Amino acid sequence: MSDDIHALSGAYAVDALDDIERAQFERHLAGCETCREEVASLQEASALLAETTMTPPGADLRDRVLAQIATVRPLPPVVPVGTDAPDGPGTKAAPRSAPDAGTSTGSTSAPGTRRLRTLLVAAAAVVAVGVGGTVVAQQPWADDDTSQAPRLSAVERIQQASDVQTFRHRFPDGAEAVLYRSASLNEAVVVTSDMGPAPEGKVFQAWLQHDDTMVSAGLMPEGPDNVVPLEGDPATADGFGITVEPAGGSVVPSETPVLVVQFADA
Amino acid sequence: MEHLRPVATGGPDEGTPVAPDLADLLRSAGRGDQQAFAQLYDATCSRVVGLAVRVVRDPAQAEEVAQEAFLEIWRTASRYDPDRGSPLSWLMTITHRKAVDRVRSAEAATRRDQGYHHQNQPVPHDVTAEAAHASLEAHRVRHALQSLTPVQRQALELAYFGGYTHTEVASMLDLPVGTAKTRIRDGLIRLRDTMGVGS
Repeated sequence: MSDDIHALSGAYAVDALDDIERAQFERHLAGCETCREEVASLQEASALLAETTMTPPGADLRDRVLAQIATVRPLPPVVPVGTDAPDGPGTKAAPRSAPDAGTSTGSTSAPGTRRLRTLLVAAAAVVAVGVGGTVVAQQPWADDDTSQAPRLSAVERIQQASDVQTFRHRFPDGAEAVLYRSASLNEAVVVTSDMGPAPEGKVFQAWLQHDDTMVSAGLMPEGPDNVVPLEGDPATADGFGITVEPAGGSVVPSETPVLVVQFADA
Repeated sequence: MEHLRPVATGGPDEGTPVAPDLADLLRSAGRGDQQAFAQLYDATCSRVVGLAVRVVRDPAQAEEVAQEAFLEIWRTASRYDPDRGSPLSWLMTITHRKAVDRVRSAEAATRRDQGYHHQNQPVPHDVTAEAAHASLEAHRVRHALQSLTPVQRQALELAYFGGYTHTEVASMLDLPVGTAKTRIRDGLIRLRDTMGVGS
């Protein structure tokens, strides 16, 4: 199996994997330095093939491209969108130093890995903010939990767990997302309020981070106010994120996260 | 090729005859510098469009793909990391992915009915082959491709220019399932080593 997956490096470098293989291989890449280096070098080689097919574009393409980019804002380097702590030590994470943060190990130009690492770097940045005291607010439940009603909702059950952790995040537009996690119950739930809709044709997708891998924790339903239990194993996860994905969701995160929290330091 | 020469020849400054550094242009573009992006476009548009045409074939659609690719390059310029590859490799990776996404989604919409005959069809961009031949680099690449075994070369070209998955390539070349990916990888490695890139 391991040998098999290594052998996909060439096909990956020329986009000759189907969607499922691609997702599998990108997960593998996240943890395989050898493959990252090989893919990067094979992408250098494949790019040379384009030297043999150079074709001058139509005369008006240049104008169209330049007119279009004038209306589109370049994405920021690697800073998480919507972090609400301008003075937090993590928000200034320099793009060029970012690759040394988090779990990075070496080089690749695989887009998927780049995205994954962006997510991880973003996570690191928010952790730093959390240490500053604005995002992470661990809230051990003070009340004893012997009086649990027999019919607690999932969110109540988690909120009343003795080891509940609470991560509250307020977006610049006033929307709020609160994550409650109980390791002992292996459950977590996100409670959103006043969340704006995802862009046209897109959805919000929740993720749990396990080591270097982001595992889908389900799609967020439409609507501003939701209570969303996370799929997967929150107990063993290291972090949580929300990204914007094409309708139907993705197997690996493909966009800058709108929210990331790291459990480890909570 | 004229677009490989310095673009800012009209500048009143030193006028050093140095081609623009693509990494510098990307960095500036990432900061919103549209002028720098225009230079980047001029230096790379024939490659981007050429690859899109080769994969997508329909010239109008290829230009759409090229436009999508340039938009993506503009949006994500700040995420280019020189430690992880050359600017050109990064640009062509983005372009190729866009082109492949286009042909695969088109294929899903209308299951390709012309079969595999395309290999024998004249390719529309042949009219520009003259220009491509003029490129020394293209000549070197063509030469390097000759060092591949025929099967390696076919598998690589079907994957990269055809936009086919390795499984489809295996079927097209009557290779045992699982073999095409090895041929593609071997071919790329030989191309890489012959051209001395991606150390």
